[in-house]
Amino acid sequence: MDKAALAGALGAPSDYGQSQFALIRGNTFEARVKADGGAELLRLTHTLLDPAAEPPAGAAVPDLSAPGPEGRTARTALALREAVTAGGWTLLDHPMLALDVAGSPAFLEPDAVVVHPDGGWTVVEIKSFPMLDGSADPAKVGAAARQAAVYVLALEAVAARLSPPPAVRHEVLLVCPKDFSNLATARAVDVRAQRAVTARQLARLTRVETIAEELPEGTCFDPERPAGELTAAVDAVPATYAPECLSSCELAFHCRERSRAADAVTRLGRPLRAELGSLGTVQEVLSAARGESGDPADPVVAALRRAAALRAEALAEAADREAVPCP
Amino acid sequence: MSLIATLARLEAVATGRAQPAATVRHRHLSDRPLVFVPLTTAGETGAPLGALVGTDRDAPRLLVVPQPRDRDQRFAFLAELADIVLPHLDSCAEAVETAERTDTDPETGKRVKVEVDLCVDAPQIVVPSRAGLDLVRLLGRSMRFRRTAEQEPETPYPAPPRVPLLGRWLTHYGERSRVPGSSLLLALTDVLSRHWATGQSMVEDQHLGALLAWIDPPEGESGAEAAARAERARDAAGQLLCPPAGPATDPAFDNKLLAPAIERYDRVRTALATAEDAPRAEDLLTALTAAEREIRDLVESRTRPTWDAVWRGLDLLRTLPEGGHVEERWTRDRWSFTAHRDRITAGEPPQPRRDDAVTAANKLAGREREQARLEAQEALDDPLVMAARRLAGEAFAGEVTEVVMAYSEGRRPSPRPLVTVRTEDRPHLGERAKVYRSLNGRAQTAEFAGYEGAPEDGVLVLRIMDKMGRGKEPEAGSVPEKGDAVCFTLFEHEQRGGAKLPDPEQTPWTHGGPPGEPVPEIPDAVTEEDVL
Repeated sequence: MDKAALAGALGAPSDYGQSQFALIRGNTFEARVKADGGAELLRLTHTLLDPAAEPPAGAAVPDLSAPGPEGRTARTALALREAVTAGGWTLLDHPMLALDVAGSPAFLEPDAVVVHPDGGWTVVEIKSFPMLDGSADPAKVGAAARQAAVYVLALEAVAARLSPPPAVRHEVLLVCPKDFSNLATARAVDVRAQRAVTARQLARLTRVETIAEELPEGTCFDPERPAGELTAAVDAVPATYAPECLSSCELAFHCRERSRAADAVTRLGRPLRAELGSLGTVQEVLSAARGESGDPADPVVAALRRAAALRAEALAEAADREAVPCP
Repeated sequence: MSLIATLARLEAVATGRAQPAATVRHRHLSDRPLVFVPLTTAGETGAPLGALVGTDRDAPRLLVVPQPRDRDQRFAFLAELADIVLPHLDSCAEAVETAERTDTDPETGKRVKVEVDLCVDAPQIVVPSRAGLDLVRLLGRSMRFRRTAEQEPETPYPAPPRVPLLGRWLTHYGERSRVPGSSLLLALTDVLSRHWATGQSMVEDQHLGALLAWIDPPEGESGAEAAARAERARDAAGQLLCPPAGPATDPAFDNKLLAPAIERYDRVRTALATAEDAPRAEDLLTALTAAEREIRDLVESRTRPTWDAVWRGLDLLRTLPEGGHVEERWTRDRWSFTAHRDRITAGEPPQPRRDDAVTAANKLAGREREQARLEAQEALDDPLVMAARRLAGEAFAGEVTEVVMAYSEGRRPSPRPLVTVRTEDRPHLGERAKVYRSLNGRAQTAEFAGYEGAPEDGVLVLRIMDKMGRGKEPEAGSVPEKGDAVCFTLFEHEQRGGAKLPDPEQTPWTHGGPPGEPVPEIPDAVTEEDVL
């Protein structure tokens, strides 16, 4: 489903979009890294991940084109199997993998997958943020590692169908521009933790059918439908907005509006919400703090009243001080 | 976040206006700050697109890089920036006062007082947001290892003369901004959100326009509405009405306005380079100027709103009275500025890419100390901050109900009066815990002697320990009297330095061993192809 189009139809368009400068630069860098049959990329993989193996020379780069995502997935699986049987180094440029997410297949396209001479598989992530003096922005590296962990999971599913199943390496290769140049540098990133987290989250995800069963009959998310009908359809799906959503979901602005309309405190941040116990709306919290509602025996309510009293006292003190300037 | 800050945010939601999160200003504001509003090109590391910079709010200097991927143009930008920033830094480097500092005498190893210069004022730089701080650091890193033709005639693509120096200064400012409570380099969104609580999340507070909309909404509009407009509203052409404070630009601006303008500029430039006859070249030159003008106008249109917003934010901050300890912290900033000035005059090499173990540990220890100092000083300066500490059980305020004179046991009995305080706060006091109160700006220590009655009654007895003079009777005013309102803290007011670290030559093997002879840092490799 195209969530960006849906958000636009709901009247809360997402701000997602990439500057063409960044796009061009990203593509140029990726092309550079993969140029010459992926020689540079394989060299980096060899030195960083598998120095004991024979140096990669003349690695195979199979053609993975096929019609449709299913076709490409099948072609990728076949190429992986052939590469393991053939031995030696193989570079899979933009393979296609399928992963079961909440009961429906999601197609993924890693930047590259390298097959080692020992039959092991390595995910390669090429990013255009720089590695400055050997370190990159931790937030971006974290995001890249989470992304790569999903590819590792998808590869494991492919590997499980082969016998004997080849090892999917849990160290992925992160390739970035070095300092301020367009030369490539790389680091091995261990994604075991991210892989475990993603696997657990995937296993716990509510299955799409279960969500669909709870929706009223005839719910439709077609962006062509009238806005009112569409809003009702989206509202039928339960969602709890938190500010973190802004950076990861196209519908975040819509959910934020909805959260604001519901007066929910979570829109101000999850840590803030965590302090407030059973009080879920701004009005509830404020009236409890003013002593108009709430059970005084509830520790949250008691703490709120104490906080409100202390705050009022401090503000009054400051106001007094301003009225009578200090000598 | 304390519950008091949470309440302030919720009140802001209810009232539609930001609520005070501080009653005094906790950061120093210079009379003549240098405001720097940079823009960068998406995708390229630290490639500037343009900037507004200056100390006069009505006359900012506009710097533009018409083709950000052209090395010469980037150098021209940096050279121009150096010509604006370095004189501003120099303006404070000359005027000095004499100050005393305790130093270790290299010969005797004793601690002695030495007289040194301290700059009377330090130049302050203000950027719009935290991303601006990162860019200052990045620009510093990209420039400080550059070589000029004068330093190294053989160097390929030499940098303009003062660019490496600017890099060292920006690196210093960027590093200093990591020290809690420092004010040499400020990110306005950080300072504003320190002083006001808005009705949005901290993530959204990073947007300068939205933050200002909450603090000072236009007539007849609520903060929430104004913030939503600042954040999202677009004109008919799809451009944001309030451009982001940068340094990253809006993708819609990049794709719809900037990219075509740069393309036109490139086209004319290529044509000019191959033009054969003079009249044609003349025409193309006019066209080139026009194309360049167009990019300049675009950059100005995206930076000017932010420039004005920064000054408006500074105005708002100036309405708050300065906190009592701000001056003291600013003196530390002046020391930092003076020390870097001295390092440059002494001809020391630029800051290394990676600190050695001892320097890094010292930096971290310093930041921790400053963090503790900042927290203590903010609480002492500001009743609203103290209220949060009281709520957390780290301080208590109350009324003195009784004072009983008592003396220490020993050959020369000293006064140890017992003071009974009634408080509604619930401090986490352990047996014989030390508590402190501010007595004429100095910390007086007392010891918790026990509760009178049940702890829930909030009547506690304190034994005053010091700051009462040398005599048998305490000096007048040094002991609280019955009926006085007092406020004690469980945290210390002054921070002591931690254990001294070994000299770098003594670095233990666990930390990589001695760094050895310092090797001069080599400049970054330059590639022939002129892409960053």
